[in-house]
Amino acid sequence: MPSKDWTVLDFEKPIAELDEQIAQIKRLTQEQGIDRSEEIAALERDRDRAIEEIFSNLTPWDRVLLARHPKRPYTLDYVRIIFDDYVELHGDRLYGDDHAMVGGIARLGDRHVVFVGQQKGRDLKERQYRNFGMAKPDGYRKALRLMKLAEKFKRPVITFVDTPAADCSVDAEARGISEAIARNMMEMSVLETPIISVILGEGGSGGAIGIAVADRVIMMENAIYSVIPPEGCAAILWRDPSKYKEMAAALRITSADALELGVVDEVIKEPLGGAHRNPEAAALSVKAAIVKHLETLEKIPVQKLVDARYKKFRSMGIFEDTSKKKPQKKVPAEQQEQEEQGEA
Amino acid sequence: MSAAAWFKSRVGADRRLVRQSVDALPDGLWTKCPKCSEILFNKELEKNLRVCSKCGYHYRLSAWERIQITADEGTFKEIETGLVTLNPLNFPDYEAKIERDKAKTGLNDGMVVGLAEIGGHPVGLGVTDWFMGGSMGSVYGEKVARLFELATKKKLPVVMFTMSGGARMQEGILSLMQMAKTAAAVARHSKAGLPYIVVLTDPTTAGVHASFASLGDFIFAEPGALIGFAGARVAAQAGLIDRPANFQTAEFQLEHGMIDRILPRREIKPTIIKVLDFCMGKEVSSDAE
Ligand SMILES: [Zn+2]
Repeated sequence: MPSKDWTVLDFEKPIAELDEQIAQIKRLTQEQGIDRSEEIAALERDRDRAIEEIFSNLTPWDRVLLARHPKRPYTLDYVRIIFDDYVELHGDRLYGDDHAMVGGIARLGDRHVVFVGQQKGRDLKERQYRNFGMAKPDGYRKALRLMKLAEKFKRPVITFVDTPAADCSVDAEARGISEAIARNMMEMSVLETPIISVILGEGGSGGAIGIAVADRVIMMENAIYSVIPPEGCAAILWRDPSKYKEMAAALRITSADALELGVVDEVIKEPLGGAHRNPEAAALSVKAAIVKHLETLEKIPVQKLVDARYKKFRSMGIFEDTSKKKPQKKVPAEQQEQEEQGEA
Repeated sequence: MSAAAWFKSRVGADRRLVRQSVDALPDGLWTKCPKCSEILFNKELEKNLRVCSKCGYHYRLSAWERIQITADEGTFKEIETGLVTLNPLNFPDYEAKIERDKAKTGLNDGMVVGLAEIGGHPVGLGVTDWFMGGSMGSVYGEKVARLFELATKKKLPVVMFTMSGGARMQEGILSLMQMAKTAAAVARHSKAGLPYIVVLTDPTTAGVHASFASLGDFIFAEPGALIGFAGARVAAQAGLIDRPANFQTAEFQLEHGMIDRILPRREIKPTIIKVLDFCMGKEVSSDAE
């Protein structure tokens, strides 16, 4: 029976059906006390095979849907599992407290860290409370305030990115959303403490990079990282909003693309069927990656760390620098095909 | 290409094309102001720095027109002319659009950077043209970063005129990273104690507004310029409600404390010189003049 559950994506329906069958048999087992474990195991194997098959053929648009999945674990879900303890801290000390951006201090094993990240809401009420994960200037300024605390007390910063975009409403504009994002990138580029950013779900444009100038940027397998949502881009560039699937492919927004383009350092494999099928396992993978990178970063003298961070972002972009070649005037452009990365 | 050579190249077959890149003036004696419909003589308009004498409408300027009215005569030397745009995502039709705008503007990219003097002060100067909507891709971001690095090395102020629709969609996530790259380059220049002056011109939105354009020690804007985070078309798509009439204009930004002053075009250069005098010491300009 096809599921009508709105939290199930179309391509997940065969999986949901098998899940439902398994759940039914388990219920019967409990009610009737008959051992049907072999049947259950067989169905679970079928289901896992179905997942593997479906997930080996995902389109970029399918990844968009997974990144926005209504059951996808959000920042605070990760925070609760990754950290042994945490205290959320509020407010930007300038205007207010933005519920779309959370942050605080936390314990990660022996370490003390600062975390910040966008927070989405689960149900309609919470979604509105969290402004759909779209932070205003106050959110970015809260994040910066907490990052400065980290710098002052020599604690590393972990940022969690999950936002469709920064808020662009009238009051966000009035309080300087552009300035807030720009300032964060500038300050993060010289912050004298290690920074790790994790792209959890939607890495939406300026809203994402406003907290993602880091020594290590890691990205969940089914997350997306994009300069503009594919729907908006199709509407603007192709004047055809219906071509969002083609645009999702053209924009190269998947984790594999980001890795290949040199924008992220590592992609974290998600549990079978996506992070929402096993948030605990997903978070523990993120935790392991964070600890691994911190171990490396903590050994680097802070000035070297900041210089390396500069070089990292400085080298992003792909173009050709003809002045670096031996002078060879009047070579037709078609013959100059060699791609060069920007110099570090 | 020098400014003189560029101006020469405008006279001829490609003159009409070149002018389409900014607010076009038809080849004739007069033009009609797009805002107030006043009939303006082209010669008078040029003399008035392409500002309507009746309503104050500021026509968009090309990069070289901006250089001509900003840099001391004959002082601008363009740098980083060898950077060439590629198509890193193999984005459909990207090369064709680049070629089209190269032909239209005579430029390689919307960002033109160089060394110049303003009121006798040596500066790093960045100006922008309406190339691919003034959008920031890899070449644009690299030029900005290199300008700031050179200025840091030579201990020079940076003066930046922005005109941009935002990050270049055809280079996807790489364009987004130019925001971080340029902001980081500004940070190092700023830490070296050097001044950075921004003049926001129509329009300055999205990825450029949310990066180096908002990080000046001094931020000025031309009257009526569209300035904001959401690009014009994105804002229209979002269908924002309760928009004040002046939403996303220079006047709105001034009202909300985001810019220092609105400067009519004629006041821009004198004000930049005053700021440079303040930051760098006045004797420099009095020596040179
Ligand atoms: Zn007029």
